[in-house]
Amino acid sequence: MKTYTYTEKKDTRSGFGAGLAELGRTNPNVVALCADLIGSLKMEKFIEENPERFFQIGIAEANMMGIAAGLTIGGKIPFTGTFANFSTGRVYDQIRQSIAYSDKNVKICASHAGLTLGEDGATHQILEDIGLMKMLPGMTVINTCDYNQTKAATIAIADHHGPVYLRFGRPVVPIFTPEDQKFEIGKAVMLTEGTDVTIVATGHLVWEALEASKVLFEKGISAEVINIHTIKPLDEEAILKSVAKTGCVVTAEEHNYLGGLGESVARVLALNNPTPQEFVATNDTFGESGTPAQLMDKYGLNSAAIVEKSLSVIKRK
Amino acid sequence: MLNTKHLEDLTIQVRRDILRMVHKVNSGHPGGSLGCTEFLVSLYNEIMERKEGFDMDGIGEDLFFLSNGHISPVFYSVTSRAGYFPVEELNTFRLLNSRLQGHPTTHEGLPGVRIASGSLGQGMSVALGAAQAKKLNRDKHLVYTLHGDGELQEGQNWEAIMYAAAKKVDNIICTVDLNGQQIDGSTDEVLPMGSIKAKFEAFGWVVIEIEQGNNIEAILKGMAEAKSHTGKGKPVCVLLKTIMGHGVDFMMYTHAWHGKAPNDEQLAKGLAQNPETLGDY
Repeated sequence: MKTYTYTEKKDTRSGFGAGLAELGRTNPNVVALCADLIGSLKMEKFIEENPERFFQIGIAEANMMGIAAGLTIGGKIPFTGTFANFSTGRVYDQIRQSIAYSDKNVKICASHAGLTLGEDGATHQILEDIGLMKMLPGMTVINTCDYNQTKAATIAIADHHGPVYLRFGRPVVPIFTPEDQKFEIGKAVMLTEGTDVTIVATGHLVWEALEASKVLFEKGISAEVINIHTIKPLDEEAILKSVAKTGCVVTAEEHNYLGGLGESVARVLALNNPTPQEFVATNDTFGESGTPAQLMDKYGLNSAAIVEKSLSVIKRK
Repeated sequence: MLNTKHLEDLTIQVRRDILRMVHKVNSGHPGGSLGCTEFLVSLYNEIMERKEGFDMDGIGEDLFFLSNGHISPVFYSVTSRAGYFPVEELNTFRLLNSRLQGHPTTHEGLPGVRIASGSLGQGMSVALGAAQAKKLNRDKHLVYTLHGDGELQEGQNWEAIMYAAAKKVDNIICTVDLNGQQIDGSTDEVLPMGSIKAKFEAFGWVVIEIEQGNNIEAILKGMAEAKSHTGKGKPVCVLLKTIMGHGVDFMMYTHAWHGKAPNDEQLAKGLAQNPETLGDY
């Protein structure tokens, strides 16, 4: 079995900051907007190097989404930065009408997604954003797993015409994506090949899935781990090819099971190859205050939960 | 004195278009459309600097954003008669498979539209972004907008109004249609807003008032004054006092025709008050 190790942990938001800084140097049309969270989004480098291409909006996210839509009229490629909660639920109608329906080339970049935002609690921990964004026609939805992938995704979406939701987070997590791995929107990354169960994971749960695969291997179970960084458009072919081999699947995400990656996978399977599936996701609940690790443990979003669901889904084959 | 005869003629023709469009599909918003006819006719045919044809980026020309998208009948009539698309297409207003959706959208690729509007309160933010893109592109042209007065009850406007002054977006002229009416009654009955002029001024805008917002000469004079204030570090607001339903006597001075179409008899009456000038579509 292919195993993954890491030498360094970093936050995915820093990958966004690094990608944005690189775009500042390479693409003169890229502009950035922020609603009073420059430090949290790691946007300092871009601002320092391109002050005229940065727009501090203040605490006014609805206005930020509209301004971003307007900046595309004139050829700019706006990257908005704020927390995931304020990037989606707070401004849903602005995104729907002024960006998605208007087909504006805006990149909505959202940090502090999910429970791993931690101590600030449920007001800030959105677990519904993937659902909100994937329901919008024409919206591309990406949830990256580590620093390198987030940096590569940030750079890649500038070359994609159309609205994109890029979701990343606050905590430091292992870096296991090769620095030079090309980011292809809508193309799953096969991490470990296996024959007994497919684990389809996104975001922070990808590393947990790799950890789970090691535990499963010790139990004599061969798990195939797929990193689905793009939830929409979904790499249906990769999923179907894998379950044709394994006959069962576990999906893993830091999101409500309603509206998340798991439901997107379930639809593909229902239409093409009905397959037993288990969901590692929050169970229609809000989060709460706590450390990221405590929260992921309490809400069952870790490698232990993936192992448990894998064992139970295999029995359903 | 500027000869405004061609604008007057066009205004009458646009009124006919509005009435015929909403009558045909028995839906749409004639009241606000008629109230803003003189303004939009003047804007597209005398005030704005426009290029031939249409491209989304609009570099090297003035831009217009309609925030109160429900007055789509006047917007479609004026833009078609300004050459963006064939006037015959007005026949398809609100019909299935039409580019002329109930509220304007870029989604169907209708030339002349740069943003979808309909859900209120979003247009000013978009226009500010477009104005800031013009600055980045070293494009000296202006961005114009139109908003309903009732629309100012949406909070996003005030985020935008605060931002525009704070960031010195001085290449924008936002016009508010002060007709004092909204769906449930007069603005004073529904949610009194106090002095809109004082509010904009308190937020740091230059405010120009056009008392006779249905008079083309007054509009041209007021908008010229508004334009003279651009490029001086402050955003410019025009308060355009209009009469909802203007030009069709039984539709005037009431909110009753906000979103209601005339029947056959009412259409005939309205058209009789506005005899054909440039040819019906």
